[in-house]
Amino acid sequence: MKKHWVWPLLMMSLVWGSAFGAIEAQDFPSEAVKTRYYDLIAMLRCPQCLNTNLAGSDAMIAQNLRSTVLRLLVEGKSDDEVKQFMYERYGDFILYEPRWTPKTWLLWLGPLVLAVMGLGIWWSMGFSRRDTRQGLTDLDRKKVQQLLER
Amino acid sequence: MAKQSVLIPVVVFAGIVVLLWFGFQLSDPHLLPSEKIDEPIPEFELPNLLYPRESVRSGDLVGEVALLNVWATWCPSCIAEHGELTRIFETTGLRIIGINYNDDPDAARAWLKRWGDPYALHVVDQAGTLAIDLGVYGAPETFVIDAAGVIRYRHVGVVTQKVYEETLGPMIQDLQDAS
Repeated sequence: MKKHWVWPLLMMSLVWGSAFGAIEAQDFPSEAVKTRYYDLIAMLRCPQCLNTNLAGSDAMIAQNLRSTVLRLLVEGKSDDEVKQFMYERYGDFILYEPRWTPKTWLLWLGPLVLAVMGLGIWWSMGFSRRDTRQGLTDLDRKKVQQLLER
Repeated sequence: MAKQSVLIPVVVFAGIVVLLWFGFQLSDPHLLPSEKIDEPIPEFELPNLLYPRESVRSGDLVGEVALLNVWATWCPSCIAEHGELTRIFETTGLRIIGINYNDDPDAARAWLKRWGDPYALHVVDQAGTLAIDLGVYGAPETFVIDAAGVIRYRHVGVVTQKVYEETLGPMIQDLQDAS
């Protein structure tokens, strides 16, 4: 009977194993570089995955890009230079926070536009509701009277 | 006023239709647009796969319209497209340059022996540095470069006969006519 819960546990342990498998041993020249490295690989998206950062991906390209990030940091590049390096090769996709360009303004402004539209609809609905509550016209009263007298 | 409130859901609905109309027309989200179109081939100096003591430089790729094909032995789709690359080379004599990506050179040479070699030139990119400079994010990827060594097009995935006849072939023809 006990075996029934052993299998799911085994399966789960397999999944967990792969989820944490992406971190390889790296030699960091200093603690500062190490911190910046982990920050950067968390901020950059793996180009082969739809929504995984470089830190969380096992894809070959993610491994290559992680070692590239470290190489650039060791060469003395700033965080912005590393991001620019990636941007020049992989475009907006690689940055989780896309830059403000003609191609991305809709992405940035879209939520604002939708919010304004929503407020507008809410506001106009308030108006129309008030209109319906304006009470009965003389004609309505006459009709009601007629119905009641029937 | 009553008319206006009828209009609101219609406008909202029309908005959703327009949004989804364009949304569903977007191509596969896995396909990243290349940032390298209309840029020259990145500078590099890497070993030649068949003559490991010799090196290949970016300048060696310039001079002729060519296909730049990123491949590896670990990539099953590369075997799938190998037949088509061979067919293209045999029927048109097009210059095809192979970039062996993140691979073991010995395995790569054995692979070429087994499947044939339509490539005019072989580059070994064992660390993937050239691939990263090209904005490659998987294999196979194929670039069309013009005679001046400028990247004109990138195809992600397998080059099939359909891809060649509809896209790559006509483009190569145009570039060859222009140069």
